[in-house]
Amino acid sequence: MTLQQAIEKVNADGGKAFVPYIMAGDGGLETLRDTVLRLQTLGVSAIEVGIPFTDPVADGPTIELAGERALQNGTNLRNVIATLQSFADEVTIPLVAMTYLNPVLAYGPNFAKDAYAAGIRGVIVPDMPYEERGIIHSDLQAAGVALVQLISLTSPAERIAKLAAGSEGFIYAVTVNGITGARADFADHLDAHFAKLKEASSLPVLAGFGISTPEQVQRFGGYSDGVIVGSKIVDSIANNDWGTIEELIQASKQLGVK
Amino acid sequence: MTQAGRFGAYGGQFVPETLMTPLIELEKAYEEAKADPAFQKELDYYLKQYVGRETPLYFAERLTEKIGGAKIYLKREDLNHTGAHKINNALGQALLAIRMGKKRIVAETGAGQHGVATATACALLDLECIVYMGAEDVKRQSLNVFRMELLGAKVVGVDKGSATLKDAVNEALRHWVTNVEDTHYILGSALGPHPFPTIVRDFQRVIGDETRAQILEQENRLPDTVVACVGGGSNAIGMFYPFVEDSNVGLIGVEAAGSGVETGKHAAAITGGQKGVLHGAYMYLLQDENGFVQEAHSISAGLDYPATGPEHSYLADIGRAQYVAVTDAEALEGVKLLCATEGILPALESSHAIAYVSKLAATMDKEQIVVICLSGRGDKDVHTLIDALGGGKQ
Repeated sequence: MTLQQAIEKVNADGGKAFVPYIMAGDGGLETLRDTVLRLQTLGVSAIEVGIPFTDPVADGPTIELAGERALQNGTNLRNVIATLQSFADEVTIPLVAMTYLNPVLAYGPNFAKDAYAAGIRGVIVPDMPYEERGIIHSDLQAAGVALVQLISLTSPAERIAKLAAGSEGFIYAVTVNGITGARADFADHLDAHFAKLKEASSLPVLAGFGISTPEQVQRFGGYSDGVIVGSKIVDSIANNDWGTIEELIQASKQLGVK
Repeated sequence: MTQAGRFGAYGGQFVPETLMTPLIELEKAYEEAKADPAFQKELDYYLKQYVGRETPLYFAERLTEKIGGAKIYLKREDLNHTGAHKINNALGQALLAIRMGKKRIVAETGAGQHGVATATACALLDLECIVYMGAEDVKRQSLNVFRMELLGAKVVGVDKGSATLKDAVNEALRHWVTNVEDTHYILGSALGPHPFPTIVRDFQRVIGDETRAQILEQENRLPDTVVACVGGGSNAIGMFYPFVEDSNVGLIGVEAAGSGVETGKHAAAITGGQKGVLHGAYMYLLQDENGFVQEAHSISAGLDYPATGPEHSYLADIGRAQYVAVTDAEALEGVKLLCATEGILPALESSHAIAYVSKLAATMDKEQIVVICLSGRGDKDVHTLIDALGGGKQ
């Protein structure tokens, strides 16, 4: 199943997608299998697997610090892919790698192929906008890995149309101007923004950046086809607080009940 | 440039999507400003009456005699208001920000020279200013921190990563992406996503334009070689750019070899790095086999950056400019040499160029001419010099 099909299936069944973000290697790479399988058992739709980077300019302090811990553990794109490959046959939901561009360039031309073999069905590269995607896009297409586009609140209408048409897997709708991390406040009229995105593409639209509470999951799940929760999940896993994670997942499931 | 924002394969716009529209708007605003004689006139006014341009092209006679080879000229960017070439760009971009209706400025700084220049331009033009600076640099350059604060800027120390310039750029980018509606980012070097490398080069090319006219007036010919230090590369690209079509003029960029390129503790991205993406651009970069950016090492805070800007990366690849590296120890000798022979205390950054020329000029004929871009003055480095050279204790 492709990434798009997996999310569409959740939506077709009347639910909203819930995609947690985890930082690979935070707590040691040996914990990655348990984390992925536990989230899968809890019923998440897909998992965004963050790859640590030395200069994560799109990330706020929570994910940046988790990345620093992962780097100190010796985590890199190569050993994350190898680790994911080692238990790929146990994973039934799509994985989406979130990685800055330079580690992908350093990995070389086998990245897309190796990622696919590791169960990765989508890639998000936060520092590679649509115009620059040519640097890795054909390799990803050949391997069957979707290149997910982020669309921001600053993108004007014609740009939204271009990005929406060019995205693959789903549309990652950034809900704030800024970096990743919990927010108390969001701009008004985001429902109209999401309506525009839905109109611009037949792909599922997922909301991400700043979503950290069950209430926010419900609010954004209401506008969109699902939510991505990053910093809160990263924090909760680091603190072994699975109760919080279950509450967030539960909030998304309640959305689907008709 | 083969396509918009590219220098050969280098450059580009590798930034979060939230910044794409602001960058497109910046490019448009800049093209309009560039074509507007009133904008140029205003900038020229401030450069002349406020910054003190043009700066002298000074024949360093005693230095020339001491080395005993080519005639050495110094382009005295150290005599600019605020003490370095950085003001050329800071002022240009601050005027551009006003034109775009932005009221707030964010900047990064390494040595503090760009931060001081930006804080100065903001004080002059009544803009709010916030400067991110690596915590390590805050310590090394406490004088400049105090200057920025006196000028009304808010200085924020960054203690993440290597706590130097690269980490300050990360934080400045995060600040910009979060406050993009009313804030302009004045990037200080010939780095970052398009259009920054072009904007910074255009605002710095006044260095090379003046030098070209001045050497023609004084020597009635072009120099044989032009030498400038290269961190991100703003003074060097400003100096080189007007000479790029003059194929008889050699262009040499001097990178910081720190403890020595072979030790791994250096900041020489072209000499000892590989191609990669950092802070919005594809360029030469210090990185490991996993694509992780490595810490740069240099005694000079202004060169302590792990990449060299895209236009330099391109000039290196096509062989139009040559890039060499000079160690901390050699740069310190350069400081002493210029102090002793000419009574000029150069910035540690610029001293890398002096140190290289002290070897190069000796191998050249007496009729040949070398121009050094003396990008800044060394007052800010006195604490570092006391630590490195000893003395000053009585």
